Amino acid sequence: MDLAPVIDGFGVVLEPVNLLYCLIGVVIGMLVGVLPGLGPAATIAILLPITFEIEAVSAVIMLAGIFYGAQYGGTITSVLLRLPGEASSVVTVFDGHALARQGRAGTALGIAAIGSFVGGTVSVIALSFLAPLVASFALDFGPPEYTALALLGILLVSTISSGSRLKALIAAGLGLLLAVVGRDAFTGTERFTFGSLDLADGLDFVPIAMGLFGLGEILHNLEQRHRAIHAPTEIHDVWPSRQDLKQSSGAIGRGSVLGFFLGILPGGGAVMASLAAYAVEKRRSQHPERFGQGAVEGVAAPETANNAAATSSFIPLLTLGIPANATMAVIFGALLIQGIRPGPQLVEQNPELFWGVVNSMYIGNVLLLIMSIPLVGLFVRILRVRPAVLAPITVLITLIGAYTVNNSVFDIILVIAFGALGYLMKKAGFDPGPLVLAFVLGALLEESLRRSLLLFDGDPTGFLTRPISGVLFLALVIVAFLPAIRSLLSAREKEPVG
Amino acid sequence: MTDARRESLHDLENAIHQIEDEERTPAGPTTNLVLALAVVALGLAALAGALSLGIGTPERPGSGTWPLLIGIGLVGLGIALALRFRQDSDAEAFTRNSAVVAAGLGTMIVFVAVIETIGFELPSLALMLVWLRFFGHESWRSTAIVSVGAVVAFYLIFVAALAVPIPHLF
Repeated sequence: MDLAPVIDGFGVVLEPVNLLYCLIGVVIGMLVGVLPGLGPAATIAILLPITFEIEAVSAVIMLAGIFYGAQYGGTITSVLLRLPGEASSVVTVFDGHALARQGRAGTALGIAAIGSFVGGTVSVIALSFLAPLVASFALDFGPPEYTALALLGILLVSTISSGSRLKALIAAGLGLLLAVVGRDAFTGTERFTFGSLDLADGLDFVPIAMGLFGLGEILHNLEQRHRAIHAPTEIHDVWPSRQDLKQSSGAIGRGSVLGFFLGILPGGGAVMASLAAYAVEKRRSQHPERFGQGAVEGVAAPETANNAAATSSFIPLLTLGIPANATMAVIFGALLIQGIRPGPQLVEQNPELFWGVVNSMYIGNVLLLIMSIPLVGLFVRILRVRPAVLAPITVLITLIGAYTVNNSVFDIILVIAFGALGYLMKKAGFDPGPLVLAFVLGALLEESLRRSLLLFDGDPTGFLTRPISGVLFLALVIVAFLPAIRSLLSAREKEPVG
Repeated sequence: MTDARRESLHDLENAIHQIEDEERTPAGPTTNLVLALAVVALGLAALAGALSLGIGTPERPGSGTWPLLIGIGLVGLGIALALRFRQDSDAEAFTRNSAVVAAGLGTMIVFVAVIETIGFELPSLALMLVWLRFFGHESWRSTAIVSVGAVVAFYLIFVAALAVPIPHLF
């Protein structure tokens, strides 16, 4: 492995302006993590217009910081209020809040911060070695491989995401359909534009992401009655005792590895990693009954794993150009806006960006550790800001921000329309994540499919005869039929033997 | 997977749903059916569009090939969803609070309708006021302070500092 670009990457991060954006990113990440309501995908979507004004490297360093910073911040409300700030901190509630009730909130937060730091850092190191390998492997990929990869990505995200599989697939289908709108790249024919000039160039990613994630979430929250929040004012003893550290070191180690690998999988990511890590610790424990009653490992494992996964989920994006989850899809959109197409060539052609972003995560994790232990009291105080006050401010930032992208009122209309759609989707049990992911992959998927068909002279079996696309399609079939196979097997198990 | 392990994972899932889904009323089978039919209709619309664009052949895919595949997929998924309309319980019913959402959307539509004629300041102020006072039940005092403060801050950031060409009155 050539180390020169890695070291140059540190040079990029240590430029004061990039350090500043890293700090801004992780602080915003902590804040949105603490405040229940807006998640990292929504926040990054809302901030997309700002990234137009700044350099690509700085922009992605900041957006990445928001993403992994939110994993740290999400813990605080899980522990203190039994109110997970992020989906990936839901399991932390069980033991984290139990510890808080025993007056050991500080310990829970301290262990979570240390676990997050270790998980994040281990994951960056592993990413630095694995990502260039994956990228060099993927350099030979042609249209058939990309067709298979994009399909697999969409299918995995839809099948693994929480909620109904069927509905996730429908959302993905809608995303693919929206990506068709505009001029056909091959023939120039206008498709589904209904004669509108505004639609001729296709739908922009920014208003869709801002509307579905940003406004959609705000509107959905508006409907819920807000429970009054009584945040404690002081947090004591954030430094965990030696006994606590000893008890959770195994969980932190296993959580780092598990989180790293689950994060790479499309559709895996932080939520699944936190669940799996918790389940593993509970299963391994000699006293599983302690879990849920305030076991430190029950906080350490999921918090470590969600950070490791958040970091490693950058691998498929930066090396294959396939976002692994909704937040990565939004960062993918941010890169496209900057004129950068993530994919296997990124490491070679744009090493400052690649290594700058990767190495910024070391710095970001150190900053977050500082914010989560000595400065945790500051962030706890933010809980006193009422959601009712934040909501209209966020709405206005979204509407004005949408305008600034193309200086067009049409974009504000789109944001509002997609905000309404996002709200209705949430009401109807559809996760907007697969829609956004399918939308960003739609053009790539159609292009590679059509190129592949031309390549194979219209014979779809051509996909199966190429080794890599063949294996990927096999994986696709397995993923598609896995639920059916599983239910068949369990039906058989239930039948009485005889 | 042993039974004990499956059980513990199952418990975990249930506990998580409890935390996530406090105070949620599921929608009825009629809503589910309407949803599924809407998906089928969307798929059919995509099919119709695809046919009019020209679906091409496998050797020479046309502009309509891809929309055709998506349309077929959506119709299939919509039918599958329709078949489960009695079992599904993940759609939420509309409540009295849903009217607040409609009103919230209304404030945004007014905002975008008038922004080009009177600038962003007054519509922003109106939106803040409605959301804070009527949706958030803030006191008049804090409504006034936060609304005016936010609009002044937006003006300073977007107009004075960033010089974004957003329509403005002052």
